Amino acid sequence: MTTLPQQTDKKLGLVIDLDTCVGCHACVISCKGWNTENYGAPLSDQDPYGADPSGTFLNRVHSYEIQPAEGHAQLIHFPKSCLHCEDAPCVTVCPTGASYKRVEDGIVLVNESDCIGCGLCAWACPYGAREMDQEEKVMKKCTLCVDRIYNENLPEVDRVPSCVRTCPAGARHFGDLGDPDSTVSQLVAERGGVDLMPEQGTKPVNKYLPPRPKDALPEFDVLAPFLEPVAQEPKGFLGWLDKTLEKL
Amino acid sequence: MHPAPSVIFFSTFSGLGFGLLFWLGLGIPGVTGFSAFAFFTIAYLLAVGGLISSTFHLGHPERALKAFTQWRSSWLSREGWCAVLALVILAVYGIGLVFFDSRWTVLGLIGALFALGTVFTTSMIYAQLKTVPRWNMPLTPANFLSLSIAGGALLAGQVTWAIGLLIVSGIIQAATWVMGDKAFGNSGSDLASATQLGHIGTPRAFEPPHTGTNYLLREFVHVIGRKHAQKLRLIAISLMAVLPVVLLLLPFNHLLAVVAVLAHVAGVLAARWLFFAEAEHVVGLYYGKR
Amino acid sequence: MTQKQPVIDLSPHVSDEVRKTTCYMCACRCGINVHMKDGKVAYIEGNRDHPVNQGVLCAKGSAGIMQHNAPSRLKSPLKRVGPRGSGEFEEISWDEAYQIAADWLEPIRKDNPEKLAFFTGRDQSQSFTSLWAQAFGTPNYAAHGGFCSVNMAAAGIYTMGGAFWEFGQPDWDHTKLFMLFGVAEDHDSNPIKMGLGKIKKRGARVIGVNPIRTGYNAVADDWVGITPGTDGLFILSMIHCLMKAGKIDLNYLAQYTDAPVLVNGDEKSPEFGLFLRDENGKELVIDRTTGKLTPFDQPGVKPDLAATHRAKGVTHRPVFHQMADQYLSDDYTPEAVADRVGIPAGRIRAFAAELARVAFEDAFELDHEWTDFRGEKHRTMTGRPVSFHAMRGISAHANGFQTCRALHVLQIILGTVEVPGGFRFKPPYPKPAKAHPKPHVGMTPGAPLNGPHLGFVHGPEDLALKPDGTAARIDKAFTWDNPMSSHGLMHMVISNAHAGDPYKIDTLFMYMANMSWNSSMNTGGVMEMLTDKDENGGYVIPHIIYSDAYSSEMVAYADLILPDTTYLERHDCISLLDRPICEADAAADAIRWPVVEPDRNVKGFQSALCDLGAKLGLPGFVNDDGSQKYADYADYITNHERRPGIGPLAGWRMGENGLQSGRGGVNESQIENYIENGGFFVEHIPEGANYYKPWNRAYQDWAVGMGLFDAPQPYLFNLYVEPMRKFQLAAEGHGDVQPPDHLRERIKHTMSPLPIWYETDQQGNEGYTVNALTQRPMAMYHSWGSQNAWLRQLHGHNPLYLPTKLMRQHDLSDGDWARVSSPHGEITVPVMEMAALNDNTVWTWNAIGKRKGAWALDKDAPEATKGFLLNHLIHELLPPKGDGMRWANSDPITGQAAWFDLKVRIEKAEAPKQSRPEYPPINSPVGQGPDKLAWKVGK
Repeated sequence: MTTLPQQTDKKLGLVIDLDTCVGCHACVISCKGWNTENYGAPLSDQDPYGADPSGTFLNRVHSYEIQPAEGHAQLIHFPKSCLHCEDAPCVTVCPTGASYKRVEDGIVLVNESDCIGCGLCAWACPYGAREMDQEEKVMKKCTLCVDRIYNENLPEVDRVPSCVRTCPAGARHFGDLGDPDSTVSQLVAERGGVDLMPEQGTKPVNKYLPPRPKDALPEFDVLAPFLEPVAQEPKGFLGWLDKTLEKL
Repeated sequence: MHPAPSVIFFSTFSGLGFGLLFWLGLGIPGVTGFSAFAFFTIAYLLAVGGLISSTFHLGHPERALKAFTQWRSSWLSREGWCAVLALVILAVYGIGLVFFDSRWTVLGLIGALFALGTVFTTSMIYAQLKTVPRWNMPLTPANFLSLSIAGGALLAGQVTWAIGLLIVSGIIQAATWVMGDKAFGNSGSDLASATQLGHIGTPRAFEPPHTGTNYLLREFVHVIGRKHAQKLRLIAISLMAVLPVVLLLLPFNHLLAVVAVLAHVAGVLAARWLFFAEAEHVVGLYYGKR
Repeated sequence: MTQKQPVIDLSPHVSDEVRKTTCYMCACRCGINVHMKDGKVAYIEGNRDHPVNQGVLCAKGSAGIMQHNAPSRLKSPLKRVGPRGSGEFEEISWDEAYQIAADWLEPIRKDNPEKLAFFTGRDQSQSFTSLWAQAFGTPNYAAHGGFCSVNMAAAGIYTMGGAFWEFGQPDWDHTKLFMLFGVAEDHDSNPIKMGLGKIKKRGARVIGVNPIRTGYNAVADDWVGITPGTDGLFILSMIHCLMKAGKIDLNYLAQYTDAPVLVNGDEKSPEFGLFLRDENGKELVIDRTTGKLTPFDQPGVKPDLAATHRAKGVTHRPVFHQMADQYLSDDYTPEAVADRVGIPAGRIRAFAAELARVAFEDAFELDHEWTDFRGEKHRTMTGRPVSFHAMRGISAHANGFQTCRALHVLQIILGTVEVPGGFRFKPPYPKPAKAHPKPHVGMTPGAPLNGPHLGFVHGPEDLALKPDGTAARIDKAFTWDNPMSSHGLMHMVISNAHAGDPYKIDTLFMYMANMSWNSSMNTGGVMEMLTDKDENGGYVIPHIIYSDAYSSEMVAYADLILPDTTYLERHDCISLLDRPICEADAAADAIRWPVVEPDRNVKGFQSALCDLGAKLGLPGFVNDDGSQKYADYADYITNHERRPGIGPLAGWRMGENGLQSGRGGVNESQIENYIENGGFFVEHIPEGANYYKPWNRAYQDWAVGMGLFDAPQPYLFNLYVEPMRKFQLAAEGHGDVQPPDHLRERIKHTMSPLPIWYETDQQGNEGYTVNALTQRPMAMYHSWGSQNAWLRQLHGHNPLYLPTKLMRQHDLSDGDWARVSSPHGEITVPVMEMAALNDNTVWTWNAIGKRKGAWALDKDAPEATKGFLLNHLIHELLPPKGDGMRWANSDPITGQAAWFDLKVRIEKAEAPKQSRPEYPPINSPVGQGPDKLAWKVGK
């Protein structure tokens, strides 16, 4: 059923904090490890020890330099994986129904045994969230670790996507963005979480928290009272010292 | 976009094949018997050959039948249905013409409709993609349909129709290029919208996620020089429309007709190569590439 | 609406078993859960219970499966059969390998043990390897601290009994302002990332001081793109501002530091500038209550920061007076330093003001009662929520020691060390320099060395000199060239051994140190030194034994290879005797254990040392009957006792009433106890003992109980490092142990007992004006990442990043190539623009460039064709000064390799076929990796 569900019971997704992501790629590799061993075909690598290594990854961390009108350039690390869009164009283009959006939680998945490897879903995705595995010739994408988040063989605390579990800086949050009271929804409300490429009309579930203003330490004149000299000369300083010690 | 030969050949040849089938379904030319057989053979070779070629880019062609299931939402699935229906209906229609010397007109009209439908659905596979602004406009189906019908007319030996349609398709092709050049800029997608970081300042892609390449870059990022593209466009439109029209305007000669057809095919192939090579996917923004 | 969805298994089998051990993909030592399927490693994740990483894991750790299965793993002991550097080997048995080693080592030990130089690189078992070297009897042992971050470690220990990373951490839960200086992104990486996450969550401020705005500095709220090598000046300027404004914690300085300690003011005295002490050697202060001279630690004493002491016509002033003299000087005003540090004066003041604001306006009290070492009870603990962290960026300069000292002084005058919200030590720290051993070089042929090799000197009498005044150690550690070289100088070993300066050696024995490539300065030169032959046709360094798990570049330059295991196949202890995994609130240690057995003829290096030690009959490695004492490293870990009741592991030791923590006898099933507990042991510090540790009776008593030390040892922080003054006194002509004349001026100048800043030696650098730095990416560690199929896709080659200004100036755009030269060499490399960068600094990722043929990679691997090392531009010596001396490119105080003093010149270049210099491929002893991977174990 390539058609999208009218609505889903939950909107499970990620909230990614661009203020906190240090660009360490932990999520990238943790994802690679879990998803190589679990759901569907392993994520393969071509020419892994050769001149032109490449492989299938479901999550990649970009980086962007932003030059403000005034002040220092900033560097923003930018993890990106499937955004589990509400209006997922990748699902509707699929000719076989291999791509689908789950009714219960909104996760967009590929049923690999139905995938003919036409690649059209990857064409339809503005975010580069889908990659054709060159070994298995089926489309791979983030499953939001659907085989972790409900997995009764894992301790409850571990029932989160592997990227979230591993993120050292805590820049990745997982939850139900359909529930306005969930921690993730609150975070999005507080920090002004945004959609990527809203003009594409995909209505992503995953949200990005923008970086807080940088290099915003007040100018010295505001802070000057904290550095009011106690004396102009070293001798005066020792006088101040004696007086102050008296008071201690 | 990566100009994959399989898809270029598919869309060019199946476009021509279904274009010819469209004319045959309309009963133009009104052939029967052996000559009908010849026409139908050419049409089926092109259409089916093109379709087969398209399966080369599938990861799992053995599962291709599953592609018929999603006609409600998927243009690719619809294309499959249209193609099969067109081919089956026109096969029956052709059998009538070839073996029974009978023209089952309604069947032919229905088949012609599905032949056009096939070309239309093919074009919609591309035109539906908001991610590729150059394709995401009504001119894309117009471009595919006009070329298919014009090419069909050419193959069907309909000189008058062919001249007119080639001129129309040439104009549409030129319009596609002109409008296409503006499409990305007008799409509203840029690095600022992709990253939502524009409120801080001007974003610039810094280190890519991986130093090596990946599927996305291979598939979606194809950099073609602007000068090179302009030259190719000139060649494509000359071969596709200008030269065949000139040749058709000359006194009829089978050799010239063959040259006209070959020129047209070469022109469409070049145009299709450009169709892919010049198309920029918005995902390239994330990589600082287009 | 009902949708027909595929039925998927939402609870698939995750693994047959989870084996918990310790990561070794870098030196962070996180706990990992190794998920096993069908007896194979299926998936690795962080251990949630582990004190270091609390469940998180970095990219390297998660990629451990690819490291463990890397095709570059060595398979068997190897004997060199081709010329050195060719990579031609034949596989031999362990017996043969040990025999070859013994044939070289036995005569050395019998005749002159200094002919063995035994150095370890990225080792985490130094307390064991040093024991082996001590038993062998050679003075020539050290690990890699000298080229890593000894400035940071030594400056911290001399100043306050500990430094950053393993020594301590910010109080992540309370700090409100975190200032980070020059941090390599791969060090202590998960705790820092976790800490930054916590700070960010609270909305606290992070200030990053680094010429390069990547990683941690990219998320910093404020970025200070400082000129490399000027951090000390920036810090001293902030000290100037804070002192001038009286924004210093006078109470803290008076009670817990040497600020009130009186300094001998008698210019004629051989003790001029040394502390006044009583007959017991206790530092003297004036008690503000009585006005009398008294030892600092007496009950009830209120040391006076202001009072002076006049005796015999001489006024002795406290350290704090000297600080006022020195730092209130106009030399340190923001305006005076702004141009050199590259930060506008207003901004320097703003940072100082912000430090002052948070330390004093946001001060808070924790309701923890505690008693200090003078017996005074405090009802609360005062928190000053400013904390700092720094690493190699500030220490790998020739002024790094003083810069690190300056940073510690800054923390101390703010009163933020060991207080809530500030910087906190991790056990076994705090531990002052005096509580550490001194260096030992007492050598007797056929017998052990007279004590541990490395330590802390307290004056010229502690230097490691031969009777004739020449260096006792091959690396010239603890000599007048670099008196306080607490970690040795691994980067000088090959150069000195080749030059025969101070003497020639016979066998170089190294572990996990890629000296013929990224771990050396002057890489090309080192390759020549390793292959150079003498007039008799023999190699100048006659024998080289090397142990590594992987086919690194160094393998090709050894004569004998002892193949190590991967980290999942070995026993290890991350010991309190060494570099443990403690937290500020707990003592902790950990083990590694073979979660899989090796499938090759390899052995953990430490186990091989147990075998080899026994074969050589080294004391401590054989029983009384001459038989082998430790069957393997696990046997050593369990049964070795350093002092009675103190072993490598502190958990589950045998007491009279069963198992206990800290002290205790040998417990034969200790390793099993660790495995049952997830591979680690943790013992929490009681509340009320967990801050003010150097002066807190409850902490001192707890530490004694744990066996961290044997008696309480409260001490004062040393703003003024007296041993440095002793070296100055010697340079001024006092005492019997005298420096050579050519070093006198330098010692007088650099050995200032209060932190100073000085420009590093620029002689010979004329015309080279651009700073060139390296950093390690967070996803790669040293050279290891490139053999990892997943990690090398992230960083398969490294451009040289140029600031926008230099890109324009040299007409360069991304993908162009540039020729980069220094007085020592030249490289031609691809460039890329970076705007968030100090505009006179270029940099690249470290150790991505690879030699062709190494690491089981294709000869055309991008690491070799586009990757490059900056090392080719850095010499281990300074440019010759024409005096015939070999001046090391090192800090004159500690000998720390001054990697980051590099200055270069840049020119646009034609794109060559590949980055230059180009070296011929080496033969791979392990072949090349497969063409594809689709790694899945089990079903």
